[in-house]
Parts: sequence; C-alpha cells; structure tokens
Amino acid sequence: MANNNSTQENGVKRPEKEWELRLYVAGQSAKAMAAFTNLKKICEEHLEGGQYHIEIIDLLKQPQLARGDQIVAVPTLVRKLPAPVRKIIGDLSNTERVLVGLDLRQRSYAP
Amino acid sequence: MAEEGDRKEPAGVQKCPTGISGLDEITGGGLPRGRPTLVCGGAGSGKTLMATEFIVRGITEFGEPGAMMTFEETGDELADNVASLGMDLQGLIEQNKLAIDYVHIDRQEIEETGEYDLEGLFVRLAAIIDAVGAKRVVLDTVEALFAALPNEGLIRAELRRLFRWLKSKKVTAVITGEKGENTLTRHGLEEYVSDCVIFLDHRIDRQVATRRLRIVKYRGSLHGTNEYPTLIGADGLSILPISSLGLTYPVTTERVSTGVETLDAMLSGGGYYRGSSVLVSGSAGTGKSSLSAAFADGICRRGEKCLYCSFEESPQQIIRNMASIGIHLAQWQEKGLLKFYNMRPTEQGLEAHLVQLHKMVEDVNPAAAVIDPLTSLTSIGERDQIKAMLTRLIDYLKNHKITTIYTNLNPSGGSVEKTEAMISSLMDTWVVLRNIETNGDRQRLLHVLKSRGMAHSSRVRQFLLTDHGIEMPEQTA
Repeated sequence: MANNNSTQENGVKRPEKEWELRLYVAGQSAKAMAAFTNLKKICEEHLEGGQYHIEIIDLLKQPQLARGDQIVAVPTLVRKLPAPVRKIIGDLSNTERVLVGLDLRQRSYAP
Repeated sequence: MAEEGDRKEPAGVQKCPTGISGLDEITGGGLPRGRPTLVCGGAGSGKTLMATEFIVRGITEFGEPGAMMTFEETGDELADNVASLGMDLQGLIEQNKLAIDYVHIDRQEIEETGEYDLEGLFVRLAAIIDAVGAKRVVLDTVEALFAALPNEGLIRAELRRLFRWLKSKKVTAVITGEKGENTLTRHGLEEYVSDCVIFLDHRIDRQVATRRLRIVKYRGSLHGTNEYPTLIGADGLSILPISSLGLTYPVTTERVSTGVETLDAMLSGGGYYRGSSVLVSGSAGTGKSSLSAAFADGICRRGEKCLYCSFEESPQQIIRNMASIGIHLAQWQEKGLLKFYNMRPTEQGLEAHLVQLHKMVEDVNPAAAVIDPLTSLTSIGERDQIKAMLTRLIDYLKNHKITTIYTNLNPSGGSVEKTEAMISSLMDTWVVLRNIETNGDRQRLLHVLKSRGMAHSSRVRQFLLTDHGIEMPEQTA
C-alpha cells in the first residue's frame, strides 16, 4: 500500500473548491469497506479546504443506477464534480494512483 | 447422413429454437436451452444480426422475452441497423418484451487502483433480465471488456463466473466473439463457452462475397458438420441446410409432359418422370431455351406452377422471344403460375443464388423449374465447390419433387457427350440438341442420350422451331 506523505512534491495541484464523489459498491464486501476507508482518508488529507460530498451507492440495493454512470467494475469511484467526469476502479488502496485519477496529481509514472 | 427429422437426441439437451431459417434444422432444433452459445466470426460476418434475430424471433415467434447487453453499438444504433430487416426493437421494448443495456467503458477516463471485480456487469445484466423476465440473453461483444480494462486475468476469471452465472439463471444465451488469428475468438472465449460454438465466415472469392456458417461443436447433440451457405436476405439470416439431404428423395413413376408431343413419345410415351432432373445440352442457337419454354408452357397449361430461373435474359425478353415461336408465356405470368427469377450470375456468389432459389422454391412451391443456363452458375466459383453446390441444388429440387430442366451450353466444336461430365452423371434424363449443316442448310437435331428408368427412343429427330411451336417431323430418308 502506498503512503500519502508526498503532498509537498512537485506536481501537486491545488484542490478545487467543490467536490462531488460517488462510490459504487456491491454489498458490504471487504473491497467495498476498504474502498470507503481509503477514500475517506484521502479526502481528509488531500481535499482539506475544499468542500466534498461523498455518496455511497450500493448496486445490490439500487441496481438501476449502474447504467447511468456506466458502472461495470466495483468498487468504482466517480468524480462527478469538478468536471470532467473521472472514474477510478478498485479498492483505492494505491493513494498515488487515486490522486492521479482525481486529477490532484500529475501522472509521473506514465509517458 | 440421417434425415434431419429422425435424429435422436440424447436425453438432457433441450433445444431452444432460434426461428432463423435453416439454423434449427442443422442444429436439430435450436441452441442448447439454458446454456450459453458462442457465435464467432470476423468483422461483418453477421454475428450481431444472428444474435439480434435470435432475440427478436424468440419474442415474436416463441413468446420468450429477451435481454441484450451490447458493448459496441448503442440500443438506438442497433435498432436502426436491423430496422431494414423488419425487426422493430423499439416496439418490442415498448411492449416490455425486450431490454437493451449498452455498456460503454472509456479506458481514457479510468484509473485502476487496487482490487475490484465486475459485479457491476452482473448487476446490470440481472436488472435487464429481471425487467422483462428474459429467457434469452445476448452479450454482444463481451470481448470489448479486454480493450476497456487493463487486468486481463481478472476479466477472464470474471467471464468464467459470468457464464456460470448465466447457466444458473437458466437463460439461453448467445455470446458473440471476434475471430482471432489462429483461434476461434481473439480472446479465447471458446474456453469458457463450451456447450455450443457457431462460426460465421464471410469471405471474398473472385470478387464475390460468400457467407458460410459452421457448427464447430455442440455438446450432447448431433448436428450438421458442413459449412452451410448463408445469406442475409430481406428478413434476416437464412442458412441453407440442403447439404444434409442425401439420396433419400421420393421416387415416383408419374410422368410430366415435356411440352412437346413427339418428345413425350420418344420418352416411352409419357415424358419426364416427375421430380427428375433433365439436362438439355447443346451449343449456341440449338433451341435449348425454346425446349425449356415449351416445358414451362405445358406445366402452366395444366395449372401447375413453374419457376423459371434465367441468368442471361430478362423475363420480358424471354416472353417476347418465345412468343415469336408460338409459345405465349405472358399469360402464365399474369396468372401467377409462372415465376421468373432472373439475375446476373456474377451479381452475387453461387451460394447466394442457391439460397435465393431455395427461398423462391419455398415461397412459390412450384411443380417444375427451369435453370437456364446452368453453365452460367458454374462460371462463379471453384470447380469442387460448384460441383458440391450443384449437387445440393439438384438434391434439393428432387427432394421437393420438382421436375427440373437444366440447360447447358456446350462450347461449339467440342464433343457434345464429353462435356460437363461433372453434372451429367447427376441427371436422370439427358436431351442433346445440335446443329448440322447439310447442303448449305442448317438443321436442328434432337436426340435423347439417356433417360434412366425408361425405354427411350434412340433416334435422332429433326427439331424445328416454327411460329406455332416446336415441331419434330418424321425424318424422310
């Protein structure tokens, strides 16, 4: 698991003011719990000063919602705001990649 | 090979009829019920059409609601594409008999971090199945997942789970897959779907596109193993099961007039056997078409139907030309007794012609047919292939007790009886026409080279085309 002590490095972006995040899970699986815990931690540490709202959608209870956001993999984190929409699939255990996925950090490991 | 009808199925494999013309015959009743079937083939081979037709016919013909999960086309695009084939997807959706979910994953907007599974796909599939109470399910093309998600191992594990899940849902599923280079499908789906695999092929032979279908495997069921010619017609796919006919056609001693009295007399007084195959050969201008037209005229005169397949002349031209020798075909066409099928042979592949002939025979249900000339069909394809196809055609027409005249154009100069050995052996009766020159005069002559099962005349008779029909005067010495 990656740690998150590198916020001071180059490539850090200033967080936007408004955040709307949706976490899609299917039941209370271990992956779902891990994703939620990881997400909360990342938000607390990296979205301070911004307003963020996390909505958890359990597809076992609301299957009809999977279609709208084109959910195939779970867990999927969807960044609804700020635009553009971004999707991060998995249990969010790799903080570095989550930050890249949320556009909080520039991609440093890919060309 | 056994007749389609009396195949014995092992207990356990129930069939789910597709309603697709011909497919149910070669699969002995349809796809394995409650199990997934893989339909694979290259781009444009008709996979999506087959899958869609399976669903639509399931609803309209068998009252089984369907659910489709598409990965490449949106529901609207799919509906537009099949609308021209008379399938109204929107209408079926409104009647709550069909549910479509378009799954789209844009790899660009996805970041992968940590463990995940494809439960979302299952949830969505379950949602559309439950929405309409689907008995039939299509996944077209689930392989798109491999391009959309980076973790191949996970996709494989999940697909395995998906196919097990589909079985547990007891739905009959069709999964389409893109053809791979050395494998049936690019991502080896055939590993997971092992109950029934259908391969669609679309290839170009001498600039002519031909489609074929093959049942690669069908666990627990007998099935035709050949490549079957396939056509996308005005109302969907048609598969020609004719190669499974074999030598089992009905035989009769009933005779059908040749349309020429003297020729009837030469064939031991009655004409051709009903349902037999007659070859009329001769070089250009010997009167092959005229003899065929006289036959068609005689059939229609008795109130029976005749299918006239012309590959070189238009119906109007045939009618005009035959009227000039006193054979008036227009009246029969008006009465609906005479049906023309005319098309340039090179306009489509041999199989496509045969599929269309097949369809016309089903529609018209004729007592007799004329194929004029057979030679032009043999110009489009490889020799072996032609022979196989013609055998199928001949068997098919025989099986339907359709007396058929095939005309054959001999190159002038060549020995008449040596030509076209490959088809003459399939024929029951062979009438030879030729021209000779005597004393500065061209004469048409006719003789019966063979006629199985009857004592036919061995005389060479003069054959005159007059303005009131064909005449065959007694020859004076």
